[in-house]
Amino acid sequence: MIPPGAADLRLIGAIQDGLPLVRQPYALVGAGIGMSEDEVIEGIRRLIEAGVIRRMGVIVRHHELGYRANAMTVFDVPDAEVAEAGRRLAALPFVTLSYRRPRRLPLWPYNLFCMIHGKDRGEVLAQVDAATAAAGLEACAREILFSRRRFKQRGARYGIAPAQAEAA
Amino acid sequence: MSGAPRDPLDHRLLDGFQRDFPLEPRPYARLAEEVGCSEDEVIARLAALKEQGAVSRVGAVIAPQRAGWSTLAAMKVPPAHLEEVAAVVSSYPEVNHNYEREHELNLWFVVAAPTPAAVAAVLRDIVYRTSLEVIDLPLTEAYRLDLGFRLS
Repeated sequence: MIPPGAADLRLIGAIQDGLPLVRQPYALVGAGIGMSEDEVIEGIRRLIEAGVIRRMGVIVRHHELGYRANAMTVFDVPDAEVAEAGRRLAALPFVTLSYRRPRRLPLWPYNLFCMIHGKDRGEVLAQVDAATAAAGLEACAREILFSRRRFKQRGARYGIAPAQAEAA
Repeated sequence: MSGAPRDPLDHRLLDGFQRDFPLEPRPYARLAEEVGCSEDEVIARLAALKEQGAVSRVGAVIAPQRAGWSTLAAMKVPPAHLEEVAAVVSSYPEVNHNYEREHELNLWFVVAAPTPAAVAAVLRDIVYRTSLEVIDLPLTEAYRLDLGFRLS
């Protein structure tokens, strides 16, 4: 974890709910946190170069675009093989995330996670099987956790919200 | 909103600008130039897509474990109490995704905060308020970054 400086946290806080939809969004963001338009643009550029901002752009919601089925698919992979399998999953166009996470035995034996979105359950299941084969994971224990209800979905909040920044 | 948007301009705005958003004073004018309409039209379309729910926001995806800490957490909630527990979980501003999934561990959510201690405090508070166990599954290695979502 690289803790960004306070100015960076204020900037992240000011953009974490999205850029305003106005002609000069960076100027408006800056006005809220005492930065110039140039400082906001340069600050964001720096955060992208540092890898703190992974991407900047239009963030869509899968479900509303017709991708009604999403499956978090998990595998129990021998530790020595998990990185290679994770990279193979990551190379597939329909896999949106591929992560290693710790096991929590006995309740949770799975250490490799990927997310697959599709128009319906059948499409997702076919992609899960294709992914399993492509990553050489046929012999590993696997579970497919389809989502049922979405209670909440929005961007993560890491920064200092403008109101908190003013109070600080 | 149901189904994929049919309007070609909406489709281009949704699909073409998920990464590398212009870092210049008038970014929407740049988008307008690329899709062949006016700056105000781009702004109005994006506002409408946001209103419909197709666009969550125009903004940044923060890398996990870089600007702060985050974890994926799961709970085994008795079905009769699921909505009630989900509402408790969703009430934290640190929780950004919260889904019911088909599994014995039926509630899955992401907690993100400036520090690992702040994330741990949220998990402890949820345990305290619900009297249920929470399993904590922080990312240990990412093989695919969030690069956006290609529409078919």
